[in-house]
Amino acid sequence: MPHIPLEEHLPGITGLLEYKKDTAEPIRKLTQFLLRGPSTLTAGERELIATVVSNGNECTFCTNAHTAAADKLLGECDTSQAVKKNIATAPVSEKMKALLTIASQVQKSGKAVTAQSIQKAKEEGATDIEIHDTVLIAALFALYNRYVDGLSTVAPADPAFYKGLAERISKGYMRLPQGYDHLKK
Amino acid sequence: MAHINLPEGLPGIRGPMAFRPETAKPLNELAEVLLRSENSLSRGERELIATYVSSLNDCFYCQNTHGGIAQHYLQCSIDYIDSVKKNFESTDLSDKLKALLSIAASVQKSGKHVKPEQIEKAKSLGATDIEIHDTVLIAAAFCMFNRYVDGLATWAPQDRNIYVERGPRRAAEGYLDFDLYK
Repeated sequence: MPHIPLEEHLPGITGLLEYKKDTAEPIRKLTQFLLRGPSTLTAGERELIATVVSNGNECTFCTNAHTAAADKLLGECDTSQAVKKNIATAPVSEKMKALLTIASQVQKSGKAVTAQSIQKAKEEGATDIEIHDTVLIAALFALYNRYVDGLSTVAPADPAFYKGLAERISKGYMRLPQGYDHLKK
Repeated sequence: MAHINLPEGLPGIRGPMAFRPETAKPLNELAEVLLRSENSLSRGERELIATYVSSLNDCFYCQNTHGGIAQHYLQCSIDYIDSVKKNFESTDLSDKLKALLSIAASVQKSGKHVKPEQIEKAKSLGATDIEIHDTVLIAAAFCMFNRYVDGLATWAPQDRNIYVERGPRRAAEGYLDFDLYK
């Protein structure tokens, strides 16, 4: 049960973002730009970064949500599973492996990022903006994962829930203009 | 040296913010609403939570920047800020704020570290749901800011007095309309 009263039809992050909309607004804007805004990384690749960090933080809701979003955007389910198991052997580019490695270091601590992992990413063609955005996406999910679990929000067990959520967030992270009352059963 | 080519001469988060204004804007908007907007927790108390979490993450720039601002709001000494970082239980902070700092410390480790007993204790000492929400989100947000600052290996002045001297100005200007270069 959540530590504070949240709407029951909005498990995970959505209930929190609806609970306090003034803090939700900049978080949504930041996420929209980082994960869906113009970038040389695809939206699917950026969802893989979110997935790896959420998985590292053992945040069930965020891991399931961003795995589902990555699957939807990539059009297959194998890559998201592979990056969670072992970045080095996952079917992604060498540049993505290097960026995912940086993200998993950020998950532990900012200080855990090594000059070698940055160097490797640059050698594989990562730009400064891609490295910047990788670090900030990973840092943003350090926030999300703690927000979601720190207030003990509900993570639904039904995979269909996350498929529905992925349909929504694959289109974007801003608040729906009509709100979320239509999700009430 | 920073991991990427940031504008020169800007300490801490200011470098990446000047590098990527598109993300700087919502980051600053989040800091403004969390740390400065109307709230039953004072600005000083919220800056203290930010300072404490940043110290647990060992982020020199963030703990000194927010420590300097907290010191200004609370009109206390740098030794007092340090005593909170070292062992807030031994300070004269209110029991409610101590309970909230304990929640923040758990969030710094992981969301899962927050125990129902900690929440119960905070509530029994008068903490509202919103205050608990905001404490968790401030702590979570500084886990982001600290990683952003250190994950890019930004540069920070080592003289702690600089941060103390700048506290009043930082407090006055807020997080929205300030010049990154001043």
